[in-house]
Amino acid sequence: MPMKPDLSIRIGGLVMQNPVMTASGTFGFGPEFARLVDLNRLGAIVVKGISLKPAQGNPTPRLVEVPGGLLNAIGLQNPGFEGFVRDYLPFLRQYQAPVIVNIWGHTIEEYAAIAERFSEVPGVHGLELNISCPNIKHGGIAFGTDKKMARRVIAAVRARTRLPLIPKLSPNVPAIAEFARIAEACGADAVSLINSFPAMAIDIETRRPILANITGGLTGPAIHTIALKMVWEAARAVKIPVIGMGGITSAKEALAFIIAGASAVAVGTANFSEPRCTLAVIKGIEAYLVRHHLASVRALVGTLETGSAS
Amino acid sequence: MLIENTIILSHRLIKGGYRLLTLKSSKIAPMVQPGQFVHLRVPPSADAVLRRPFSVFRAQAGRLAILYKTVGKGTQAMEALRTGDEVNLVGPLGNGYPNVCKNSLPVLVAGGYGMAALYLVAQRTKVKGIVFVGGKCADDILCADDFRRLGWNVRVATEDGSTGQKGLVTRILDAWLNKKPRGRTPEFFACGPNGLLKAICKRVGRNGWDGWISMDRHMGCGLGACLACVQKVRKRDASGKETWAWARVCTEGPVFACRDIVWEDNGMKQTSNTQHRTSNVE
Ligand SMILES: Cc1cc2nc3c(=O)[nH]c(=O)nc-3n(C[C@H](O)[C@H](O)[C@H](O)COP(=O)(O)OP(=O)(O)OC[C@H]3O[C@@H](n4cnc5c(N)ncnc54)[C@H](O)[C@@H]3O)c2cc1C
Ligand SMILES: Cc1cc2nc3c(=O)[nH]c(=O)nc-3n(C[C@H](O)[C@H](O)[C@H](O)COP(=O)(O)O)c2cc1C
Ligand code: FES
Repeated sequence: MPMKPDLSIRIGGLVMQNPVMTASGTFGFGPEFARLVDLNRLGAIVVKGISLKPAQGNPTPRLVEVPGGLLNAIGLQNPGFEGFVRDYLPFLRQYQAPVIVNIWGHTIEEYAAIAERFSEVPGVHGLELNISCPNIKHGGIAFGTDKKMARRVIAAVRARTRLPLIPKLSPNVPAIAEFARIAEACGADAVSLINSFPAMAIDIETRRPILANITGGLTGPAIHTIALKMVWEAARAVKIPVIGMGGITSAKEALAFIIAGASAVAVGTANFSEPRCTLAVIKGIEAYLVRHHLASVRALVGTLETGSAS
Repeated sequence: MLIENTIILSHRLIKGGYRLLTLKSSKIAPMVQPGQFVHLRVPPSADAVLRRPFSVFRAQAGRLAILYKTVGKGTQAMEALRTGDEVNLVGPLGNGYPNVCKNSLPVLVAGGYGMAALYLVAQRTKVKGIVFVGGKCADDILCADDFRRLGWNVRVATEDGSTGQKGLVTRILDAWLNKKPRGRTPEFFACGPNGLLKAICKRVGRNGWDGWISMDRHMGCGLGACLACVQKVRKRDASGKETWAWARVCTEGPVFACRDIVWEDNGMKQTSNTQHRTSNVE
């Protein structure tokens, strides 16, 4: 009987029993999947993006299936800080899986303020900083694609919270490693990547965009190999843990991220077709470690061989 | 709500592109309420990363049937399913139709697959009511005989007149309403295209009746998590002023009370608090 491999990993002060989390926006605010997935078995639960005030999001249609993935433009609909703390957090506190809240704001001050408020709330174990949403105050330049803005927002949030802080990087940049370095320099505990790719779909009969928002974000299997390259680049650039996501549908993609240098992974779009995908990924990683005689998942992180195969 | 691997007991073409898929389901079938739906995993292919929602047509001990029309890639892939194949379902999902009120006369109004979605309402109601069904042609009129066998009165309208009365279903409905004898108040249960649902809500609202409609929305998760399927519903804010809120068709719906729906063109515009013109990456 082979020994059970150790799946646990650490992000800042946060210890996760396994490296598999849910990707923000694909797993709701907590209770939605609970009848199909034992939340206690997850590495961490990452909830949909929360802002200080409730947000209505975009008009419909908000989602369309495209070859190899999905386009979405939900528009960050959420019940706001107070609504989330009142209506969802008590439910999540019943579980032992750590809760990571994905946060966003329109201004640097909003980001910092919501981070501070969440730091005072029991039952929140980490903050993922979504710096890929539009920045209204600064004329539509996304925080996640402007190095100066990224530095300012991460530093401002860091100054106001001691919770494990995980800036979530946008793939919409020429060199993602630079953004990972900025996050590390600003005191982030980890970085997560990637968010969705700006994309669009057109109904050629009506000559109208399919999404009401005209453009949306591409996710799912189509983005996996791009995400993999970005995770590899980011992981080589920083010492803090990297959380890989994009197109995971099975343990195979999750393991590729880990081999490329990710310490943890998140399952997104695949939750929609296979609500128990996270659990299958955990099982698959464990089976792989057994098969490869590895005592822990940490021993696999960043083990990509790039020399010529002999 | 459960996830279940079901086995196909039979799969056959009914007419006009509609197929009847009967599944062996020991867990989900007994839980189904009229108007609820299942989220079906279409045969996996790179092109279908989402499940597809279907109303439950019949549900009895150990079996569940859906009636579906081929309209796109997912339903096309479903056509290839054979007896004995496995089909993964999540369900039953959503809020279905409420029980018929004690003193009311159930009036069902259907277009397209609406007949399938409404069948369990008729089957599980003691009072025999009336069904109005419409379509473009005879091929669109599904399972009228199933309702007749339950003892219900079925009235048919087709746009080309190939069966029943020529014209829209609202025409035969209005004719009946005009001549309707006093007695039980009609209570409406509708499922079909948006235009039809809106027409029903108009009549229901005008007369102060009760009415329930099932909305069709493209879905992501079906579980209430992704917020893709939202519909505007009426709401009062803290000061009692009428406003609107989003409801999830997969969770609060698919069935809504007519009086709760905010149709897009009635002036209650969304006040945006996210910037729509920028690319709104989540
Ligand atoms: C609660 C519920 C119950 C249902 N019950 C039944 C039933 O009993 N029987 C039945 O036949 N059908 C039913 N439907 C409809 C059924 O789910 C769809 O017909 C099916 O999902 C189509 O899948 P497809 O892959 O074949 O089509 P797709 O290829 O996905 O699309 C079909 C059409 O819709 C368009 N489309 C795709 N995405 C969007 C979008 N985001 N916004 C607007 N248009 C889009 C496409 O361009 C295409 O023309 C139900 C739907 C709901 C929500
Ligand atoms: C419907 C939907 C909603 C999302 N909402 C958010 C969000 O609120 N905040 C965020 O940081 N990312 C959001 N994302 C992005 C995911 O967290 C993830 O980065 C992306 O989907 C890539 O992973 P995947 O290919 O496994 O889906 C959303 C994705 C989808 C599909
Ligand atoms: S389909 Fe995801 S919330 Fe309704």
